Amino acid sequence: MMKSFRGGVHPNDRKSYTANKPIETAPLPNKAIIPVRQHIGAPCSPIVAKGDLVKKGQLIATTDAFVSGNVHASISGKVIDVGEYPHPGLGTCLAIVIENDGQDEWAEGIPLKRDWQSLDADSINKIIREAGIVGMGGATFPTHVKMTVPKEKTAEAFILNAAECEPYLTADHRLMLEESARIVTGVKIAMKALGVTKGYVGIEDNKPDAIEVMKKAFEGTGVEVMGLPTKYPQGAEKMLIKVITGKEVPSGGLPLDVGVVVQNVGTAVAISDAVTQGIPLIQRVTTISGKAIKEPKNILVRVGTTFREAIDFCGGFASTPEKILSGGPMMGMAEPHIDLPIIKGVSGILALAEGEANTGKQSPCIRCGRCINACPMGLNPSMFSLLGEKNLFEEAVEDFSLLDCVECGSCVYACPAKRNIVQYVKYSKAQNAAKKAAKK
Amino acid sequence: MAEVKSNKELFNVSVSPHIRSEESVSKIMWTVNLTLAPAALFGVYHFGLNALMIILLGIVSAVFFEWAVEIIRKKPITVKDGSAFLTGLLLAMCLPPTLPAWMAIVGSFIAIVVAKHAMGGIGSNIFNPAHIGRAALMVSWPVAMTTWSKMTTSVPDVVSSATPLNILKQQGYDALISTFGSASNMYQAMFLGNRSGSIGETCTVLLVLGGLFLIYKKYINWQVPVVMIGTVGILTWIFGPAGFLTGDPLFHMMAGGLIIGAFFMATDMVTIPITIKGQIIFAFGAGVLTTLIRLKGGYPEGVCYAILLMNCLTPLIDRFCQPKKFGVRG
Repeated sequence: MMKSFRGGVHPNDRKSYTANKPIETAPLPNKAIIPVRQHIGAPCSPIVAKGDLVKKGQLIATTDAFVSGNVHASISGKVIDVGEYPHPGLGTCLAIVIENDGQDEWAEGIPLKRDWQSLDADSINKIIREAGIVGMGGATFPTHVKMTVPKEKTAEAFILNAAECEPYLTADHRLMLEESARIVTGVKIAMKALGVTKGYVGIEDNKPDAIEVMKKAFEGTGVEVMGLPTKYPQGAEKMLIKVITGKEVPSGGLPLDVGVVVQNVGTAVAISDAVTQGIPLIQRVTTISGKAIKEPKNILVRVGTTFREAIDFCGGFASTPEKILSGGPMMGMAEPHIDLPIIKGVSGILALAEGEANTGKQSPCIRCGRCINACPMGLNPSMFSLLGEKNLFEEAVEDFSLLDCVECGSCVYACPAKRNIVQYVKYSKAQNAAKKAAKK
Repeated sequence: MAEVKSNKELFNVSVSPHIRSEESVSKIMWTVNLTLAPAALFGVYHFGLNALMIILLGIVSAVFFEWAVEIIRKKPITVKDGSAFLTGLLLAMCLPPTLPAWMAIVGSFIAIVVAKHAMGGIGSNIFNPAHIGRAALMVSWPVAMTTWSKMTTSVPDVVSSATPLNILKQQGYDALISTFGSASNMYQAMFLGNRSGSIGETCTVLLVLGGLFLIYKKYINWQVPVVMIGTVGILTWIFGPAGFLTGDPLFHMMAGGLIIGAFFMATDMVTIPITIKGQIIFAFGAGVLTTLIRLKGGYPEGVCYAILLMNCLTPLIDRFCQPKKFGVRG
């Protein structure tokens, strides 16, 4: 039995809705709404204007800033608008709207054939940067930034995050079963770029079929495929590293502080496509699930397709949903409506039926300590809700290490008083940042 | 593209996580009530009708006071969550069976209105409400609170007229053994509950079974009762009546309110430290104080005051016993 990390919870994984459904290709959208910000970091600026004709894979927004992710056209057609549109993470965002011409034509020079083995680290990272690849597990941190090892640090190992610990989500699971060759290539490329020889694939043991397929696919590569205990949040970077290498990323630090770089399964596929075929990140596999979805599916979908179109492709709603989520139920974001574009980081769209989303009414904390037992970061979450309630943000940061909280939601899941601890955490972090900014 | 829907049709956007466990405060409270029920029922069987009256009045008045205070405080009515029920039940189980039953109402008033709601309501009280209620009755009617009756079940008169700890305090260990006939008789009586004492504290076996269920449900940490009872056992053995290492730990561990206190009061999540490390310190301190009061104090029994005194220290213990943060050495 593998060693586990401290804390965590065991929610019902509800993956059976889609775990056995092969990836289906969703129809192209009539219009693709492509936001210029689909990543953490600087927004891109549009380099096309209303009326321009664009082709699939063509660069349409970019920036000189290092921490950013290029944006490409996901379909071929005419730019009909550049303006503010709804965005699943930001409320609204500047977006480029492309009307589909039905041709689905590639931009010049794509796809190409490239021998990745002859490339050096710098050129691999350059390709990844140009392709606009970001962390596809949901965090959307630009991949080339993660892959660039600063001079004072050294990479020793690469970890493929295939835990997929969020309930409902099965996109990575299906990718592993259906696209193992591209995953292997992506991992090899990443390891070459990092100059490491040690590689691991961490998969939660509730996916034995994926573990088996991956073990076979990685045979002879020196990459170790490991079945990990199924416990949320096994896929949180720091927990994954701890379980696989035994090392703890220091408080406030990054995986590279312990010599590790972690990438998600979808990201590995995107790396493979970009480096071997020159294809930028314009599509992704995502899980459409939840009791309120008629036919839950895993779909391959172009960026800029709306939630509505994706849900329609899955037969529409079976009942009136109480919540629409982008991402999983533990860390995903609840969306007010479904006329939102699917962007690079949307790992799932969930429509939770009434009663499926257990909101519960908040009552006073009874100090039962379940949140402390659940917290993988070794914090005291009860204090975040108590201090947040009283607007004591500085105390939360200084005395209870608020900034170490990764907002995984384990504490809220475990709380019998149904306290909205993560809400207080987000609120307190924002208030604290505002206070700090005001002081400067 | 379809229009954005009107405001009326927007979905709930509350913050993640969007799923929760089935655990709830009322589930915890009612489970604790349920685990206490066998020992309480044994008390009724053992001590008779007045015990039943005390339990009923204790529970009904506690629930009533909770409801009334919440009406006055304009707070949501939470009487269904079982916590006031639990306070009333625990209080009654810690009262002598001969007490005029109306006094239980006074105890409930102190417990619910003063110890719980005046401190801010559920989750905010510093002291265990049931123990505050008992302590208030103790100082108000000391004679009634220390008068023990004959029991309905057949036991020698001497045994029934005083609690074993009383006999020990006033007449010594040998007298204690002789009232039961033999040491093994005494252990058996203490284990099965066939002795004098407060209504719900006598039956060791039923209380321990109830406590084990709570441990199994992870509603309490096993370390708390083990450390508290263990501390009392070890200390009473070391500081025995005839010098070092001559004490009777088995007797002390089953006597008085230690079993019910260690399993059901020293584990009251609201009033004890929140981390397991803090709880172990709490339990150890409660064990030391219990022993100190029993062996050196004016009262024969010290569990109630020991736990209340340790309740005072809870915030301090919490301060020094925060969980160990991920990613920090040492």
